[in-house]
Amino acid sequence: MAVDRLLPTPEARDLLDLTRDVADKELLPIVDRHERAETYPEGLFATLGAAGLLSLPYPEEFGGGGQPYEVYLQVLEELAARWASVAVAVSVHSLSCYPLATFGTSEQVERWLPDMLAGDLVGGYSLSEPQAGSDAAALTCRATRVADGYEINGAKAWITHGGKADFYALFARTGEKSISCFLAPGQVDGLTFGKPEEKMGLHAVPTTSAHWDGAVLSADRLIGAEGQGLQIAFSALDSGRLGIAACATGLAQAALDAAVSYAKERTTFGKRIIDHQGLGFLLADMAAAVDSARATYVDAARRKDAGLPFSRQASVAKLVATDAAMKVTTDAVQVFGGYGYTREFPVERYMREAKIMQIFEGTNQIQRLVIARGLAR
Amino acid sequence: MNIVVCVKQVPDTATERKLRSDDSTIDRSANGVINELCEYAVEDALKLKEAHGGEVTVLTMGPDQATDAIRKALAMGADKAVHLSDEALHGSDALSTSYALSQALKKIGFDVVILGSESTDARTGMLAAMLAERLGVPQLTLASKIEVDGSAISIHRQTDYGYDKVEATLPAVVSVVEKPDPFKPRYPSFKGIMAAKKKPIEKIGVADAEIDPAQIGLAAAWSVVSDFTAAPPRGKGVVVNDEGDGGTKAAEFLVSKKFI
Repeated sequence: MAVDRLLPTPEARDLLDLTRDVADKELLPIVDRHERAETYPEGLFATLGAAGLLSLPYPEEFGGGGQPYEVYLQVLEELAARWASVAVAVSVHSLSCYPLATFGTSEQVERWLPDMLAGDLVGGYSLSEPQAGSDAAALTCRATRVADGYEINGAKAWITHGGKADFYALFARTGEKSISCFLAPGQVDGLTFGKPEEKMGLHAVPTTSAHWDGAVLSADRLIGAEGQGLQIAFSALDSGRLGIAACATGLAQAALDAAVSYAKERTTFGKRIIDHQGLGFLLADMAAAVDSARATYVDAARRKDAGLPFSRQASVAKLVATDAAMKVTTDAVQVFGGYGYTREFPVERYMREAKIMQIFEGTNQIQRLVIARGLAR
Repeated sequence: MNIVVCVKQVPDTATERKLRSDDSTIDRSANGVINELCEYAVEDALKLKEAHGGEVTVLTMGPDQATDAIRKALAMGADKAVHLSDEALHGSDALSTSYALSQALKKIGFDVVILGSESTDARTGMLAAMLAERLGVPQLTLASKIEVDGSAISIHRQTDYGYDKVEATLPAVVSVVEKPDPFKPRYPSFKGIMAAKKKPIEKIGVADAEIDPAQIGLAAAWSVVSDFTAAPPRGKGVVVNDEGDGGTKAAEFLVSKKFI
């Protein structure tokens, strides 16, 4: 059932209609096949790009959709309700455009951003390393000044769309206490990718490591100032966390919808299982979790759109929404009983997909750290 | 090239469709959507424009809410629209609809008119042929592919043995069928939806198109749909247990149904 949304403008309503239409026709029919076979949906991101769904939160003058985060995130939620790995990849794409759009010089923005937003290209985000995840400041991948730019050496990990993306927001060490951000092309001599990780879920979009071995990036690929990298990374992550909160909410909504429709069909002891109070209460708690997840991310997004600080609210949204997704998808399996544990129904996949949402884009422990620091200030 | 594509708003096939109790016309109060084959017609029109230049005009005949179907076509990329809307047109059958549309088309002017080969509501599938007759131009029906070269136009029409290539000279009327990827109708882009709001929709009535009121509407209809019913669900088939005589029994069944 379509979520009844409060949207700020008629154009936002048209956009959500378009999103549902595209998602129902292009995502739903093939999601199961690709997630089972662990195959990449070739051409799908081009379709989303052509419909204008890959550039929504960026300015119209560079080819973006000019939409507030409040609207962009609800689009992401609708995509996630059909296909979590695609929605996550869209969120990461937005994240990868953020450093250039926010910290790039006008020359850099005019040169690269229009192509990145045109819909033909997909971006990846490369901050994490095998030994530097939550502790991003510990990263060791090195960018060394050479005559014609920067030579990159080191290993990166957990890159969504790794090896498939056309460009990466790359973070590397430029000095003892200096981390810098680069806009790296997807293919360059000296850059190779590891074989895709064998994941619990999100099977259709690969996650890989990257190995930089003497690749040289021209000096104009540096985004912001040398040493500004961590500031850029963390400010991007505040927005990225909202993206994941929206993806988690969509996933939880899909699990709730599946559970409710099953609970109306299935009968035990002579009545529909939804009419047994024990199960009705379970479903009620699931609905409350989905609604509160949506409410927290929309609130944080509105703060961002209004130009107010939203870092703490983004962490609350990420924490609430992803914990809600874990709980709701687990309970959805419970509603389906033994059937829920089989791959005949989608809820076991939702449950597997929910787990990563509590981990990536800052683990939920890190979110609590951010919230607690906000309180202690 | 001046391309006119006729689109129709129909009740959503996903919802229950019914006739109005007062005059047995289709109940259009239900959720209206653009007829699916009309989306293919728009796509073909846009492809022709992309290849040969010119302008795509959307023409629809229908009540006020049919504007939604027009907006969809404009969002896909058509340039402008003409909406023929008049109380007097209510209840027009295929014959009088073809008359009304032909009058509008004479006013708009065209090199080629493209239509879906049928609508999901009335499903007569006759409109393209009737229009061509009314306009005195060639009809190229059930096209799976359209090619234009100067003033020559040709189409592919699928057959059991492959396809027929049908040729004519412009101006002409073409009706199109459903096609697989990559010929499926494009999605309107978000920017297309925004741009469509600013594209002109000219609303015209019966008098503007010089339509004779005596030839349209319920009173002038040559055909009346009094009722329709859903196809009955498929019954349980006949199971033949093969006890050595399965072939004979199967043959007897086919004989009883006059298949052999």
